[in-house]
Amino acid sequence: MNPLVQLAAETENPLLPPIPELVIGFIAFVIVFGFLAKKLLPNINKVLEERREAIEGGIEKADAAQTEAQSVLEQYKAQLAEARHEAARLRQEAQEQGAVILQEMRAEGQRQREEIIAAGHAQIEADRKAAASALRQDVGKLATDLAGKLVGESLEDHARQSGTVDRFLDELEAKAEAVR
Amino acid sequence: MSADPTQVLAFETDCHIFSGCGFPAPGLHSFLFEPLWGNGDSNLYFNKTMLLALLGSIIIVGFFWAAFAKPKLVPGKLQMVAEAGYDFVRRGVVYETIGKREGEKYVPLVVSLFFFVWMMNLWSIIPVAQFPVTAIIAYPAALAAIVYVLWVSLTFKRHGFVGAFKNFTGYDKSLGAVLPLSMTIELFSNLLVRPFTHAVRLFANMFAGHTLLLLFTIASWYLLNGIGIAYAGVSFVMVIVMTAFELFIQAVQAYVFVLLTCSYIQGALAKGH
Repeated sequence: MNPLVQLAAETENPLLPPIPELVIGFIAFVIVFGFLAKKLLPNINKVLEERREAIEGGIEKADAAQTEAQSVLEQYKAQLAEARHEAARLRQEAQEQGAVILQEMRAEGQRQREEIIAAGHAQIEADRKAAASALRQDVGKLATDLAGKLVGESLEDHARQSGTVDRFLDELEAKAEAVR
Repeated sequence: MSADPTQVLAFETDCHIFSGCGFPAPGLHSFLFEPLWGNGDSNLYFNKTMLLALLGSIIIVGFFWAAFAKPKLVPGKLQMVAEAGYDFVRRGVVYETIGKREGEKYVPLVVSLFFFVWMMNLWSIIPVAQFPVTAIIAYPAALAAIVYVLWVSLTFKRHGFVGAFKNFTGYDKSLGAVLPLSMTIELFSNLLVRPFTHAVRLFANMFAGHTLLLLFTIASWYLLNGIGIAYAGVSFVMVIVMTAFELFIQAVQAYVFVLLTCSYIQGALAKGH
């Protein structure tokens, strides 16, 4: 018979741990635990942490760049909107100013026109008066001369003294006024 | 193994069916080894399981040394594999049960336990060794004892004597009259049964797995005579199937062992009832 089978028959219970195996099992585990806990796992933890940081650093950088780009874009948009606004404001202002200038020029033109017209009128009036007085003198002189020639003597002094001619002309004028 | 060269294996090698020889069934004797060194009657000896246990330790340390001694930010293949294993235990077991803040402290222990148990289980199907070290109760018992001492002392440290007692007994006023009974059962279950089942669960699974493998392996050999050859083929297929199954069970049992460990630690750290 197999000696191991005999041994098995002698050994009472497979659930009773033999002490030497217990000790060796403990030692074997402590060896593994010692190396892993004291050296190898802290080693790899450090590297894992570094890796995490490296990855997170990259992500953070990308985030920062994106934020900056966003802010720059917003700035540009704001500036663009402001410029548009400014342009619109300027245009509006120019339109208003143009309108005012136009208005002013129109008023000025009107005023000048009226001035010119008034000046013209005055000139015409003055000319007319001058012409009338000149005409009156000439007509008086002509009439006096004519009458003198007819009468045969100079009536000039007489006419001048009496104002006959003037009276006549005034009457004539009054008639013309009445007709008009 | 044995001094007698004809007794290399645990069964007679020239024994076949129809040759007037009974089936050399595997049994408890399959789990006993003559000392390689020293005297089996005294407590000073060294046998195959001890050799495998120490060798397993060296393999695990060697593997992690190669992977983690000079770790790189961008990992190589070996480091990547080791990291995956480490991460699985850390995240999948410890963080899941104890939580990240409290659990971080116990990660090295649990990782060591997982890989140690797995390696000891793996010996079962590694050629030449072909024996699960954890099928000897002493090894799971040593590990379970470490875990037991840890969580019991943790309970006392965290909750004080009265609090620990409440923790062990599941003290809950709302139970009323049932409380004494419930406390007795809980105390018995937690302090006496728990470490026992923790060790035996692993031991028994490996024991049974090894027995099954032995059964089919021996049968394949035993049936190799006459008409029995056809049956030997079937039995050999079963050897392969069971080997694959054992590969799965070994990992699962290592996982269960550390999962229970974490669950015990978590229970010790949890707020009193």
